[in-house]
Amino acid sequence: MLYLHYLGTYFLMIAEMFKKPTKWSVMKQLILKEIDDLIIGSLGIVAFISFFVGGVVTIQTALNIDNPLIPKNLVGFATRQSIILEFAPTFMSIIMAGKVGSFITSSIGTMRVTEQIDALEVMGINSLNYLVFPKFISLMLYPFVISISMFLGILGGLAACVYGGYASMGDYIEGVQLDFTPFHMAYAFIKTLIFAFILATVPSYHGYYMKGGALEVGKASTTSFVWTSVVIIVLNYLLTQLLLS
Amino acid sequence: MIEVKNLHKSFGDAHILKGINTAFEKGKTNLIIGQSGSGKTVFLKCLLGLFNYEQGSIAYDGKIFSKLSEDEKRDIRAQIGMVFQGSALFDSMTIEENVMFPLKMFTKQSKSEMQDRVDFVLKRVNLADAHKKMPSEASGGMQKRVAIARAIVNKPKYLFCDEPNSGLDPKTSIVIDDLIKEITEEYQITTVINSHDMNSVMQIGEKIVFLKNGYKEWEGSRYDIFKTDNKAVTDFVYSSELFKKVRQMYLEERG
Ligand SMILES: Nc1ncnc2c1ncn2[C@@H]1O[C@H](COP(=O)(O)OP(=O)(O)OP(=O)(O)O)[C@@H](O)[C@H]1O
Ligand SMILES: [Mg+2]
Repeated sequence: MLYLHYLGTYFLMIAEMFKKPTKWSVMKQLILKEIDDLIIGSLGIVAFISFFVGGVVTIQTALNIDNPLIPKNLVGFATRQSIILEFAPTFMSIIMAGKVGSFITSSIGTMRVTEQIDALEVMGINSLNYLVFPKFISLMLYPFVISISMFLGILGGLAACVYGGYASMGDYIEGVQLDFTPFHMAYAFIKTLIFAFILATVPSYHGYYMKGGALEVGKASTTSFVWTSVVIIVLNYLLTQLLLS
Repeated sequence: MIEVKNLHKSFGDAHILKGINTAFEKGKTNLIIGQSGSGKTVFLKCLLGLFNYEQGSIAYDGKIFSKLSEDEKRDIRAQIGMVFQGSALFDSMTIEENVMFPLKMFTKQSKSEMQDRVDFVLKRVNLADAHKKMPSEASGGMQKRVAIARAIVNKPKYLFCDEPNSGLDPKTSIVIDDLIKEITEEYQITTVINSHDMNSVMQIGEKIVFLKNGYKEWEGSRYDIFKTDNKAVTDFVYSSELFKKVRQMYLEERG
């Protein structure tokens, strides 16, 4: 019953977020700031993780198909599939739930406990629109982050493959281009956009509706990370079943 | 003018406000006094609509707030200035941006007009050289004064201050009190101040409401407060020796 109540509040929050929009001149600044914090600020860690995990995926694949009958280009093919289908959209989003999500929860939560949200409301400002909407808009650039993750993951695979001597560069690149299904790209970006929405709204919900003081802000960030990850994993399952099978 | 009728507010089992009736007139400084924990902040937040209350009504210039549409509520709120007990400055903005915020949101003024207004109010709260500081770099008293500047910058119709001079030294305190009284009269604002500072009570209390145990125990002006024999009020107001003496002298003077 309680969960139903939370779910209802969550959807009401989303509806409220689009009402009574903040003045555009102010909103523009807020969106730019969020793009800087949430998107640009994440590029470094995304690039780092993608490159090295891409490399590891390649090494693991190469080591596990060590059979002369299997063509060498399979390494590139397998790396591409795992990076594009799952690693970049889903697992990067879980990492972002930790980075971006807890940042959103703690910054909104701090505003809640120090009465800054009350101050906005008292002035007659729709605080949900003011705080959550710019995060939602800036995270619409999230597919851009994921594209970079895909590219660097595959590049990391190439580097590991050539450096470790598992296959030649030519074989790897041939594998990456093998049997390319454009719909897989669409599937990956549909997921990404939906996860972006989750990344913007679930952590905001946990920050906005929290009660208590500084200690609870920390707790809310943790809960927010758990729930964002759970929602992403469950939606990932449902979307995969829906779109690919 | 704000009228409050039979206001009841509880948190779970704790009945904090037990039927408050009072009215706050325009152009006057109205003070709410009472011990720490007596419900002053809760009362103010009910007035602002930040807390829902179980019973009673609050009318802003005749309009019953709870019966207004969301848009009408926001229209009234755009004319409200509020100083929170903990200042509630936006910590992602500089002091100057904090003060400019209501102007940016609710007026169509040019950048230089806004800047002039901000400079003017910051000067009035004695903060002429703190423009570029972040709130976290300001002292508690400075934050309070920034909060006051932010509350008055857009010439509100209703001004609420939750302990505007707690954390300020006596001199600044008086400056702030005078400032609030001055702008209240100048712009005919309906001002409601929570306080337990007896200096303010004596200096600017044109109407004083004394809260105790969830009830309005007493109300009157700062002159009435010298004469009253209500024991709860005198116990609270004249708890310090200094004020006891002041009262004695006042009463002797009047005979
Ligand atoms: N959000 C809340 N939830 C539960 N109880 C609350 C809440 N806010 C206030 N109270 C209770 O209401 C009572 C009145 O609190 P309030 O903050 O109004 O006191 P106050 O008169 O402003 O005191 P002070 O002068 O110290 O600021 C207290 O007993 C407090 O515990
Ligand atoms: Mg208080």
